[in-house]
Amino acid sequence: MSIRQNYWKTNLRYLVILLSIWFTVSFGFGILFADQLNQIQIGGFKLGFWFAQQGAIYVFVILIFVYIYLMNRLDEKFKNEK
Amino acid sequence: MALQYWIWIAVGISFSIYIAIAIISRASSTGEFYIAGKGVPPIANGMATAADWMSAASFISMAGIISFNGYDGSVYLMGWTGGYVLLALLLAPYLRKFGKFTVPDFIGDRYYSNVARAVAVFCALIVSFTYIAGQMRGVGVVFSRYLEVDINTGVFIGMLIVLFYAVLGGMKGITYTQVAQYCVLIFAFMLPAIFISLMVTGNVIPQIGFGTSGSDGVYLLDKLDGLQRELGFHEYTSGKKSTLDVFFITAALMVGTAGLPHVIVRFFTVKKVSDARKSAGWALLFIAILYTTAPAVAVFSRTNLIETVSNKAYANLPEWFEKWESTGLIAFDDKNQDGLIQYVADSEVNELTVDADIMVLANPEIANLPNWVIAIMAAGALAAALSTAAGLLLVISSSVSHDLIKKMIKPDVSEKGELIAARLSAVGAVMLAAYFGINPPGFVAATVALAFGLAAASFFPAIVMGIFSKKMNKEGAVAGMVVGVLLMLFYMTKFKFGWFGGGTEKDWWFGISPEGFGTFAMMVNFTVSIIISKFTPAPDSEIQQLVENIRNPNDN
Repeated sequence: MSIRQNYWKTNLRYLVILLSIWFTVSFGFGILFADQLNQIQIGGFKLGFWFAQQGAIYVFVILIFVYIYLMNRLDEKFKNEK
Repeated sequence: MALQYWIWIAVGISFSIYIAIAIISRASSTGEFYIAGKGVPPIANGMATAADWMSAASFISMAGIISFNGYDGSVYLMGWTGGYVLLALLLAPYLRKFGKFTVPDFIGDRYYSNVARAVAVFCALIVSFTYIAGQMRGVGVVFSRYLEVDINTGVFIGMLIVLFYAVLGGMKGITYTQVAQYCVLIFAFMLPAIFISLMVTGNVIPQIGFGTSGSDGVYLLDKLDGLQRELGFHEYTSGKKSTLDVFFITAALMVGTAGLPHVIVRFFTVKKVSDARKSAGWALLFIAILYTTAPAVAVFSRTNLIETVSNKAYANLPEWFEKWESTGLIAFDDKNQDGLIQYVADSEVNELTVDADIMVLANPEIANLPNWVIAIMAAGALAAALSTAAGLLLVISSSVSHDLIKKMIKPDVSEKGELIAARLSAVGAVMLAAYFGINPPGFVAATVALAFGLAAASFFPAIVMGIFSKKMNKEGAVAGMVVGVLLMLFYMTKFKFGWFGGGTEKDWWFGISPEGFGTFAMMVNFTVSIIISKFTPAPDSEIQQLVENIRNPNDN
């Protein structure tokens, strides 16, 4: 496999992992399983409600910064191999 | 000092700053006018994107809408933030690598066809115009509320300011004014929010505060759920909408956000591909500050409202109630003549009507903050409305001068001619937007939310497949966009304006509301594109090379 294909494959793998997390915290925890998670209460927050109005947004921000970190590392590696 | 003086000072100073910035960073070439010469640092671009993104509606209305809808308001919170993950991961870096000026540029080149380009221009104009008419109205409303001029004068003043700095500064001027506007608006939003949180919960951070308890030791959200039940409203932390509809609306808003041309174009303005990713991260961080505070403000003001008014004697209400009553945003009608306020879900018995906007606007007074805080709120609301309007204007003017004139009608136009055309179309667009601001078509409020559905149904699939599939061809992309947009227009006009026989909630397809239908139309777009592309010739090797090239961040 060429370096270039390798770079793209790795990128796609990152995307699949990060987007699965994106989907899980928002559509999963915040919507589809919100009622079940609402049975759990942490402090004054029901968990499903918290994910829908707070948690999902924090995870979104973290996901983008993780992607920035991973891609900068990958770009660096790609540059050196070339 | 009297409130009115403070407001004039705050608005005057902030406007002078915007104008000064526009003069300093005025555009001298088409590259600077369209994409700020590709020299914007990622943090600045993040702030500009955040200001561009957060409109008067985010600033004034969103917390109120959440406070009346409780859990159901989550669709806006997740929908208008989650789209940035899609932008950062699927679109921004590649579009920046592609390195042209506009979204139709990408669609036209990647699908090697002026038909595709024309369809994209058409979609960009529809989306931007539905959006900007609402913004101009917002500018007028804010002006009239704070400066005590009538709404039309407000629209007119707002129009002159935007005209000045958008036409002179282009994207370069707009970017740096938006940075200033972000600072003003976030300060104006956070200050009262922090004070209210301190007042209600003793916690300085609103995001944590609304999960704690007040002086009576009961968790705030539990108390609110109880109050809501007592008065016959639905429980705050659970919703009324069906799970499926919440799912579809959230998805439509997310994908729509990622497909809005005035958001995408912001990522063309940075120096390199890695900066496009970084600015998406900063943008979302800056947006998240407001978007995670808004639900806390919603809970504080909802609880406060119920406790202040429910079954209280009208004669003993605090002073702010009377003040806002005079604006018509809050109204009391003593149906049973007992002198007490019955605020309940049952509309037969309910005596109080409350406009959603009041939840943010009345905050400083409820928290007993000094007049200068209210003045800063006024400047913040104006910053939010103006920054969004300016960003949209630029998309409209570049669609006309670059995509239509330069790329389709008169390709031999000189750089100078194109720049003049860009400025003239900005002037034309402002006038048209101002006209709609003064004579708002009845459908504006309904269509702003639907602009997201349109963006989701048209651009998003075409751009994503253009990057992630080398085999996607012009036949597939054009068919997908056309079918997606027409389907969305059909559904929205059928259920919102009663065309094609109209229909009510029970006629919705699969129980999906028009706001959530963009997700369905997007799926149809993807499906049509993929099927058609299987039966038509693949793009030639030159286009496949272009795709290969935008995937690779390093070489040019």
